[in-house]
Amino acid sequence: MSATAPVERPPARPSPGARLPRLFAGITAEGALTLEEHIAIHGPLPDLLTGAGRRGRETPGTLLIHEIQRAGLLGRGGAGFPLAAKLRAVAERRRRGIVVVNASEGEPASLKDRTLLEALPHLVLDGALLAAQAIGSDEVIVCVCETAREAHAAARAAIAERAPLERRSPRVALRTVPAHYVAGQESALISYLGGGPALPGFTPPMPFEQGLRRRPTLVSNAETLAHVSLIARHGADWFRQIGTAEQPGSALVTLSGPVASPGVYEIEYGASLASLIAAAGGTTRHVRGALLGGYAGSWVPGDRLDSLLLSSEHLGPLGAALGAGIVLLLSDAACPVAETARAARWLASQSAGQCGPCVFGLDALAGSVEDVLRGGAPAAPIGRLTGLIARRGACGHPDGAVNLVVSALRAFAEEFDDHARHGPCERCTRAAELPLPRRPVDRTPGRAAAGARR
Amino acid sequence: MSTRVRVNPIACEAHGMCAELLPERISLDPWGYPIVDGAPLRGEEVEHAVRAARACPTFALLLERDQPRAPRPAGAGSAGSQRL
Repeated sequence: MSATAPVERPPARPSPGARLPRLFAGITAEGALTLEEHIAIHGPLPDLLTGAGRRGRETPGTLLIHEIQRAGLLGRGGAGFPLAAKLRAVAERRRRGIVVVNASEGEPASLKDRTLLEALPHLVLDGALLAAQAIGSDEVIVCVCETAREAHAAARAAIAERAPLERRSPRVALRTVPAHYVAGQESALISYLGGGPALPGFTPPMPFEQGLRRRPTLVSNAETLAHVSLIARHGADWFRQIGTAEQPGSALVTLSGPVASPGVYEIEYGASLASLIAAAGGTTRHVRGALLGGYAGSWVPGDRLDSLLLSSEHLGPLGAALGAGIVLLLSDAACPVAETARAARWLASQSAGQCGPCVFGLDALAGSVEDVLRGGAPAAPIGRLTGLIARRGACGHPDGAVNLVVSALRAFAEEFDDHARHGPCERCTRAAELPLPRRPVDRTPGRAAAGARR
Repeated sequence: MSTRVRVNPIACEAHGMCAELLPERISLDPWGYPIVDGAPLRGEEVEHAVRAARACPTFALLLERDQPRAPRPAGAGSAGSQRL
């Protein structure tokens, strides 16, 4: 789906910050690490089932969950939910749980999960198997976006490599999911894996209560699970040696925009944006703003970027977050109003089409930004619309679009005002700078054929 | 125990019955979809809400009853929702 996004794997390169790389240790520019290479770098997977280090009535599974809790590992799919709480919720249910590895990565500005699977599939599989053991699950399903062919191939090879070695381990299956923005949303993924459409559902029940085949289901981002494989080996204290109090550890960040080497980088939470940009070879143009957290994220204006630190402690007060680890830089050659209008229109096109406030609201919202862009229309209706849309969908998709537009109004108040008064600027006609898939959705054969018959 | 109204936005097809029957808590947006005040219902509002939920052609209006915060096992579901 990321037709215009930088799709080549970034070459292995030093990451900003000391004591890194962690996840990216041993990463190569091409191909995937074999199981043997993976073990040579990280050591063998600690066997929880031996119960070494058992204390009292605690099982190895609860010990691992406890360690993950002490590590303070937060989900890396965007929501930042504590993984230990999710694991515990699934483990406590009466029925046996299922582990779903979410590498669907429907966000066009994110490449980290496919990069992990392409290059370091065993790190993800380790984490998934450990999570399965922790919750007493016998089943792991790895979900990859249909467009991430290389990641799919690497994951398949890695699963095959392990099969003969681990007779007692859970079954590991590999599934592709549609390249739609909301297809990777937890309940959409559960629905799709169960044979339904890849559309978000109405909750409760949450997947951890009643997920795939009505079994409690842990849906966890691929990067989150990769961190589990390192926490299991090195412990919570090691994990917390870097990062911040709220966000311990390292994180993968997809950096795009006017830098010498856009790509996926491993950073320490709390690292400066400047150090990330430096690791990417510096900027190639003056930067007007940064969109953090992806298309459902928030704009931060250029004058704040020099002092920006990539942690929730620092970004929260600015109304921003790293989300799934996405930093999109916008150069001063681009028009921020035009870019926001395009992104808002694209988000509207990515609505699952289920909830009225999302279907009609996002269309109207994109329209009102386009009205400002064309000139003569004030920005005031945008504020009224955002109030009508936020928190009214079954999933967070409409809220993401509201974030994008509200933060743009704040970060680019001058440009919005200028367009409202005087119409398009000379930068409006430039080609889009933010990477967006060329076609909104549809590459499913069924639908394409239906279109052709018409 | 308190009762609140909630809309299932996927099921809702903007018939608008709920806003007719429970105007105290529900208004309609420009596209005809309900905007719900989710604060606990008071007095006879509960009765109106029950009527509104029953009248919804797509069963999209839900009444959720919070149990008072009695000791419950951690991780158990928080609110029960029911269709009336």
